[in-house]
Amino acid sequence: MGLITNLKDSISRVTDKLFSDAEPKRIGIYGPPNAGKTTLANRIARDWTGDAIGPESHIPHETRRARRKENVEIERNGKTVTIDIVDTPGVTTKVDYKEFLEFDIEEEDAVRRSREATEGVAEAMHWLREDVDGVIYVLDSTDDPFTQVNTMLIGIIESRDLPVLILANKIDLEESDIRQIENAFPQHETIPLSALEGENMDEVYDNIAAYFG
Amino acid sequence: MPQVTEKEHDGVQIDLVSGERMAGLTSMEKIRMILDGVHEGNIVILEEGLSPDEESRLIEVTMTEISPDEFSGIEIETYPNSTAGDSGLIGRIMGRREASKLTVIGPADRIETLHKDETLISTLVSRN
Repeated sequence: MGLITNLKDSISRVTDKLFSDAEPKRIGIYGPPNAGKTTLANRIARDWTGDAIGPESHIPHETRRARRKENVEIERNGKTVTIDIVDTPGVTTKVDYKEFLEFDIEEEDAVRRSREATEGVAEAMHWLREDVDGVIYVLDSTDDPFTQVNTMLIGIIESRDLPVLILANKIDLEESDIRQIENAFPQHETIPLSALEGENMDEVYDNIAAYFG
Repeated sequence: MPQVTEKEHDGVQIDLVSGERMAGLTSMEKIRMILDGVHEGNIVILEEGLSPDEESRLIEVTMTEISPDEFSGIEIETYPNSTAGDSGLIGRIMGRREASKLTVIGPADRIETLHKDETLISTLVSRN
């Protein structure tokens, strides 16, 4: 009996080892432009690796390439969850270079930014269809969540049966309204946070570990 | 899609595409039909909308066709999918379709959403 128990334990240890040595899950950070995706990606990366992922900006489409931070080890309740964080460009159905001109960007640079932004959105869609194992969907809680991009992206994520966490970002702002996000996507858990201020990150990490661990 | 002649062209062409017509097309044919119509400045209304995968590819192809001063992308509207998450994997395996949604697609610089909720989409369409 002891032999069988020992054998079971050995098999269990080997299986655990196999799974723990498996490729870390790639978690895509998605959402509309300016929701705070890169601020969140940087917050997670800095908290657990000490490095940032990319530059943050109030100008839309600052992130124009998907960026991956590998082997981010998040410790929760004595367990370690290892994930790759993929910060993706904000998804939209339209990009007009003239919008960049409002931020005092020269026309030539605005055209280049808009071209890179379109490539980035296409890249983000490709990652979503092919290369992510789960999604953190970031929304600006001061904005109306009932937009077509949000509706479509959540639909695409659900159709692929990817685990998804919805984060209601920017709760440090007075106009923040988490309830409108909860009402828009009642089928998913909504977690409030301020990625900028680091507010409520413990709950975010608890949920990342629970959903993607 | 048939196009109105130059002489008649002082309005906005709206193409209402039946579910039956779409059912006979591949995903790329659907996307091509939509974007060709939108490039002509038309408003395309789909009786049954697109699948999530087709929507994802529509965004991707739209991005590759954006060109400064010529084409800035699309505006697309469907009703929020109130059944999202209800049908689940088993529903899809059993062939149960999520509710088909009327979908409106137009050039981003000519169509503006005024109001949208679960039961109403109100849009403003401009000639130019």
